[in-house]
Amino acid sequence: MKIKFSQILAHIVLILGVLLMVIPIWLSFASSTHDTITILKEGMQFGLGDQLTRNYNEVLNEKGGWSEEVTAAKMFINSFIMALGIATLKVIISAMSAYALVYFRFKFAVPIFWLIFITLLVPLEVRIFPSYKIVSDLGLTNSYTGLVLPLVASATATFFFRQFYKTIPDELLESAKLDGANSWRFFIDFLVPLSKTMIAAMFIFMFVYGYSQYLWPLIMTTSEEYWTVVMGMKIIFTESYEGVALPRTAERFAYIILSMIPPVLVVVFLQKWFIKGLIQTEK
Amino acid sequence: MSFLELNKVTKIYPNGTKAVHETSMNVENGEFMVFVGPSGCGKSTLLRMIAGLEDITEGYINLDGILINKVDPSERDVAMVFQNYALYPHMNVYNNLAYGLKNRGISKEDIEKKVNEAAKLLQISEYLQRKPSMLSGGQRQRVAMGRAIVRNPKIFLFDEPLSNLDAKLRIQMRLEIKKLQQKVGVTSIFVTHDQVEAMTLADRLAVINNGLIEQLGTPIEIYNNPKSMFVAGFIGSPQMNFLEGELKNKTLTSEGFEINNVTSDFNGPVILGIRPEHMSQTDKGLINLSVDLVEQLGSDNLIYGEIKNKKDFCFRCPGSQIIKKGSKLSLNINDNNYYVFDKSNGNRVN
Repeated sequence: MKIKFSQILAHIVLILGVLLMVIPIWLSFASSTHDTITILKEGMQFGLGDQLTRNYNEVLNEKGGWSEEVTAAKMFINSFIMALGIATLKVIISAMSAYALVYFRFKFAVPIFWLIFITLLVPLEVRIFPSYKIVSDLGLTNSYTGLVLPLVASATATFFFRQFYKTIPDELLESAKLDGANSWRFFIDFLVPLSKTMIAAMFIFMFVYGYSQYLWPLIMTTSEEYWTVVMGMKIIFTESYEGVALPRTAERFAYIILSMIPPVLVVVFLQKWFIKGLIQTEK
Repeated sequence: MSFLELNKVTKIYPNGTKAVHETSMNVENGEFMVFVGPSGCGKSTLLRMIAGLEDITEGYINLDGILINKVDPSERDVAMVFQNYALYPHMNVYNNLAYGLKNRGISKEDIEKKVNEAAKLLQISEYLQRKPSMLSGGQRQRVAMGRAIVRNPKIFLFDEPLSNLDAKLRIQMRLEIKKLQQKVGVTSIFVTHDQVEAMTLADRLAVINNGLIEQLGTPIEIYNNPKSMFVAGFIGSPQMNFLEGELKNKTLTSEGFEINNVTSDFNGPVILGIRPEHMSQTDKGLINLSVDLVEQLGSDNLIYGEIKNKKDFCFRCPGSQIIKKGSKLSLNINDNNYYVFDKSNGNRVN
């Protein structure tokens, strides 16, 4: 079999790309199996060390934080709850608002859509003080509701759902109407199953978005019970040495590796749907 | 009282376009009515108003004695077959058929019985577990019809359901629709732009042009007695020949020949219409045709030629007759089968 030059070139580029993605992760993992002293002295490690069990055990079980109350495991759970809440609610709300925008021809539907779309220009960081004020007036600081609620409206997902609904032929709605489906049934029986893949994709994006939130949980939570992974990364596993807080690097690498697991699991799990949807052309 | 009554039904779109003008008609129970007309003539709009998918601007529609102007489409008890079938892509055939029944709160056993009956009638029993994307065009068509039949509605509405099929399948499905309608006996309205479909399917035919019913009648009535030039030109294939002429004192002069004793008191410029199949060859005929083109269809030949100033004049003769390009034919009109229309408005005057 003849192998073309262009094929070889393409593979080289792809392999380089893969290495670029994989090497940092491997470096982190390899480093997480050494002790802190080695890393501080020799830098990040390519080879595996012998501290794997000890480091990971500490990360999962040691209580950290200022008051030594919170474990990393608890933070993973918090982040997972927050991301799950944000992703689920975002998908539901966006799908429904897009449904309203596309199928109910009410007055000002287009201006309202653009109003929603413009909020893309106003990310949470810009409106963080008013948002904080509202949430704290509602008494929602230090709660999962407070972590999730201000982040559930999504212009991006609304936009994607809207574009998708617009490609669904009108006859389908008309036919469903004649078959006695009301607006609610049409949404549940038609739009939801037809946009399964879309929902899976949006869920992945939104989960990762929710999981990597930093500033909002940092401002929102005073109780360590609600700390999330990304904010915890900076705070826990420090050691006081002659009055200076030194990071315990090895444990931190272990922590980083562990923190990647929930989003990876979500992607792996939903990928099945994703591929299934791509193979079956259902339109 | 008729089964379906349309009384001065008018549709004006928000942008001011008038799609249907004060249309009135009655459809009897069990009748197969066909709306035929060119694209954009308002025939689909009329059908969609009966289905409830378009609002009625003015006028009334009565179905089975009930005013349905404001009745929700799902409550009208009508079933519609769409041009692109509009099958539910994510449901298998069984669920496609069952969906409407489920929404009506019918028990599971009854649904299964009805679906299986309809599937048997349409010969789609083997495909019940398949998704629409795994079916051929003809099979999808059957599923779409099955979805209408299974609900046993008061009226079937067909919106150009055959236009997505290839020629052979179209003829086959046409036949099946007609057979099925006779078997089930449900009142049906069928919209098409294809005059052959219209002629073959209809008990009665409504020829629609620019939002107005030009003529309503049985296919043969309309073929034999078109009321206007539009109807005459639209019904019949190949199309009727139209010649310009002048009618004076019952004598019609046109393209180098004269017809005497025309049964009309009209005087002035007219259009003479002659169907290609209403002429035959004689020795000393009225019309002299020099042949430009011969289309051999096997059973028939279509001869196109020139008479004086008129090009592409068509004459139809049996396929056994051999006619060469360039020859001259002498033709007579059979049994005075010609039509005279007022040139100014297209109305029939003889």
